[in-house]
Amino acid sequence: MNRILAAFACGLLFGVGLTVSQMINPAKVLGFLDVGAIPSGGWDPSLALVLLGATMTALIGYRLVLRRHRPLFSEAFMLPARRDIDARLILGAVLFGAGWGLVGLCPGPAVAVLGVDGLSAVVFVLAMLAGMAGYQLWFERRGRARGLSGHGAAV
Amino acid sequence: MESFTPVSALIGGILIGLSAVALMALNGRIAGISGIVGAAMGARGSELGWRLAFVAGLFLGPWLVLAFTGSLPPIVLDASLPAIVAGGLLVGFGSRLGSGCTSGHGVCGLARLSPRSLVATLAFTASGLAVVFVVRHLLGA
Repeated sequence: MNRILAAFACGLLFGVGLTVSQMINPAKVLGFLDVGAIPSGGWDPSLALVLLGATMTALIGYRLVLRRHRPLFSEAFMLPARRDIDARLILGAVLFGAGWGLVGLCPGPAVAVLGVDGLSAVVFVLAMLAGMAGYQLWFERRGRARGLSGHGAAV
Repeated sequence: MESFTPVSALIGGILIGLSAVALMALNGRIAGISGIVGAAMGARGSELGWRLAFVAGLFLGPWLVLAFTGSLPPIVLDASLPAIVAGGLLVGFGSRLGSGCTSGHGVCGLARLSPRSLVATLAFTASGLAVVFVVRHLLGA
């Protein structure tokens, strides 16, 4: 139960951060990605400061937290161990970035904006879930064909 | 740069970072939204439970801001329907294939100094920049 409540509180804080930073506004995200607007003075560098604030906070916070033996409500820290750069990583990132640039939404803001925007956000999230399910099916079939079991770890 | 909002960007960013640190300290998990949502498919029991709880909190985040401040930032999503569908499919499939999105690679991965996350962040940012450049400046939409 503690794990569930903790996850809820963390999700809530994440959603508040996305809202305060205005990253739930696709136009704001596209304003950052539009470097072609730099000469005309229309570029919006806000997203870079959001990323800087979040990453610096996590950089310091993770160092403090990971000194402990285990998390408060779980047995162990679940950290991605891979360090190799493969084609899947790059192809996946390029495809993801293309969708991000088309609409101005990535998974976090898409979920956060679901309750406060119109039908467009709902359509986007349904398409995103379909894309994830498509990956899952594709991966599971490949995994079975190779006799491997699937791994669900992110990053 | 009249649309630049440095103070709210920095404060919001720090809140996002604190959420990531808290999720690690409490549950030992990376706050990567594509992983949390994507791996909920097929998950069961408490593994499914914490993922749904995080998503529920994320969904309610803007409502909490609205309750406290009485207003929300403007939300302008004016892509066409085909672009929204294509964008959603690309974001969903691509973030799972590449093992992460802006939060998992961009925030958590960079904070862990992961070389995979650095490469992924550079790749999806370059891809996003290129698509926006083509759409806005070459196609003139």
